[in-house]
Amino acid sequence: MSTETIAADSASQAAPLVEMNDISIAFGGIRAVDHASIDLYPGEVVGLLGHNGAGKSTLIKVLSGAYKRDSGTIRIDGRDAEISNPRDAKAFGIETIYQTLALADNVDAAANLYLGRELRTRWGTLDDIAMEAECRKVMGRLNPNFRRFKEPVKSLSGGQRQSVAIARAIHFNARILIMDEPTAALGPQETAQVGELIKQLKAQGIGIFLISHDIHDVFDLADRVTVMKNGRVVGTARVGDVTKDEVLGMIILGKCPPGAIPGPGAIKS
Amino acid sequence: MTEQSNTGGPAASNEGLLTRLIRAAEIDTRMLGMLAAMLVIWVGFDIISSILRPGGGGLFGGSFLTSRNLWILLVQTSVIAVMTTGMVLVIVLRQIDLSVGSMLSIVAVATGVLQVFELGPMLGVGHPAIWIIAVLFAIVLGAAIGAFNGVLIAYGQIPSFIVTLGGLIAFSGAAFLIASGVTVAPMDKTFKLIGGNGPAASIGPVWSWALAAVACIGIGLAVVAGRRRRLTFNFKPKPVWAEILSVVVGCAAVLGTTAVVNSYLYPPRVAERFALDNKIPIPPGVENKAGQAICQAADKVVSCLDGLTFQTGYPIPVLIMLAVGLVMTFVARRTRFGRYVFATGGNPEAAELAGVNTKRLTVMVFTLMGALVGISAIIASARLDAATTALGTLNELYVIAAAVIGGTSLAGGIGTIFGAILGALLMQSLQSGMALLNVDSAYTNIVVGVVLVFAVFVDQIYRRRVK
Ligand SMILES: Nc1ncnc2c1ncn2[C@@H]1O[C@H](COP(=O)(O)OP(=O)(O)OP(=O)(O)O)[C@@H](O)[C@H]1O
Ligand SMILES: [Mg+2]
Repeated sequence: MSTETIAADSASQAAPLVEMNDISIAFGGIRAVDHASIDLYPGEVVGLLGHNGAGKSTLIKVLSGAYKRDSGTIRIDGRDAEISNPRDAKAFGIETIYQTLALADNVDAAANLYLGRELRTRWGTLDDIAMEAECRKVMGRLNPNFRRFKEPVKSLSGGQRQSVAIARAIHFNARILIMDEPTAALGPQETAQVGELIKQLKAQGIGIFLISHDIHDVFDLADRVTVMKNGRVVGTARVGDVTKDEVLGMIILGKCPPGAIPGPGAIKS
Repeated sequence: MTEQSNTGGPAASNEGLLTRLIRAAEIDTRMLGMLAAMLVIWVGFDIISSILRPGGGGLFGGSFLTSRNLWILLVQTSVIAVMTTGMVLVIVLRQIDLSVGSMLSIVAVATGVLQVFELGPMLGVGHPAIWIIAVLFAIVLGAAIGAFNGVLIAYGQIPSFIVTLGGLIAFSGAAFLIASGVTVAPMDKTFKLIGGNGPAASIGPVWSWALAAVACIGIGLAVVAGRRRRLTFNFKPKPVWAEILSVVVGCAAVLGTTAVVNSYLYPPRVAERFALDNKIPIPPGVENKAGQAICQAADKVVSCLDGLTFQTGYPIPVLIMLAVGLVMTFVARRTRFGRYVFATGGNPEAAELAGVNTKRLTVMVFTLMGALVGISAIIASARLDAATTALGTLNELYVIAAAVIGGTSLAGGIGTIFGAILGALLMQSLQSGMALLNVDSAYTNIVVGVVLVFAVFVDQIYRRRVK
């Protein structure tokens, strides 16, 4: 517990790792994200909450390079960052576990783990054996029961696929980790393991955006929460400054409690 | 971390012995099925032809399983097979290329015009540089046209079906203009060898055996290296018997093919001509016999040219096909590019999110397709000793059909180079076999069409049962 407090304290003093300012993006007529701002410090977990279709996934996809924003700025380490595709984001050390997992279904776990950064032999050919060996190590930590290393991931269970997606995000020394409902398909044991993992990564100074519908999990793991509603940010608060009920009020009614900093989506009363 | 687990997933104890053996040896049962189908077709044609026209000298008394027919079959397969290896990657990427036939025409005609009307007069007919320039030109031109297709598809966001359908129509028109409607001939004499015509266009028995030996050693070394590598990572290797089996089967295939191509003897008059040209002494009693009517009628050289036998060995187009097959298998399975093609075909969005530049990848795949069309155009025009606008007609359909018969899934993400080459060989076998039986080509087309649909039908059932 004490290490956590230190991490959080030092976090508040350091420069923000990520600042997304006034981000907007529309699909056709739908304003999926509407002037949203959010930030993240090193060693901090920020929980992103909101109802279905609130714009959480869309907002973080702007950061991960999957979508191009219509307006707004992104700053990484205090400097303007141009992120226009997933390769740009990875170059900034941003790794993402997508809600849809985004796995190549017809290749195996190791090929997915290393997709885009394959290990190669000294002749430049794919080193499948080394990749499988590494894959076995990582998966051993995340999901010790996992055995199906030769099968295309299409034939894996939902939870096994999710483990592969998590393994891929944590294996490459990310500085910024985006987790979009990372435990949605996991059993209780695997979920607990991911919780432990988040704490470890946080202790290493990695900043994490955690999207989840499980408010208890978010209160356990996050330092701050940001709530979105209809594409707009309702407010942001330290988890110590608000109660779960108040956060539920933010999600459902868009009502910003006194402990939180209101955003453009908060209803004025 | 010394994982020694079974790779097979859930415990499988109630399987038959055969299933377990196949699994332990990691044998591709689908490929096995294709080989079996091929065997049935070959034996079937030989038996039927032996009934219709006995005394063909084939394995079952017909005229299909003769070394001559198989040798010609391989040469005929090469044009389609080379292009099919590229089409596999195109289809795996969830794209299609309908323009390869017209592209072949345009490349062949342009290359023909270059060597006959430009390089010939400029360097002097028969200049040794002509064939080299022509070959490079054909490959580069093919790659350029392919890249053009690829850019329109990837960056113009036009469906490949439309872009290449346009290409199918437009390129054949362009080919006609370049040739100004005439047949461009003859080709340069060295260039012509690439088509496999004549004694000098095959490498002969000694080199063929040498090549076979190298291939066998290569197979052995690859298996040993693979095994070593698995052991250094503490992975459970394949059982030793399975490793030995794969070397033996691979070697047997190589040696068998070599024996077949080596046992094809030059036709009598060609043999005599070759002997005279190369100052090879003709044994007494054989001279002048070659031109006799008896020799012209018989397929068998030995009987009429007793003592004067020349074995052909591998013809150059077949060597090109084998080399392309090897290189493309390597590209598909062992390189990053190949991995990206398969991953993108499996889930384009996921590949893009993982950092694969899928647009650039698409351009690269179509460029590679074009370069392979260039190689096929060289073989086709060299074989015909002429370049005509009609050279590539309908080739796109044969190429796509071969890839699909060979197990390439039009849904993307699945396919093998080896399977596609087998598919091309299977289709060519049907066509050659029916030509041998004097079946009207209209019926041949019906059969090939039916086989295509049936192959995919069987494939669907197979995949459903495996999954
Ligand atoms: N690619 C797209 N094209 C069109 N509309 C989209 C697209 N992606 C998202 N949207 C719309 O944008 C809005 C926000 O979607 P988003 O996926 O960000 O919600 P979310 O907060 O992640 O919801 P959930 O909790 O269900 O995952 C929704 O109305 C959705 O329909
Ligand atoms: Mg979402």
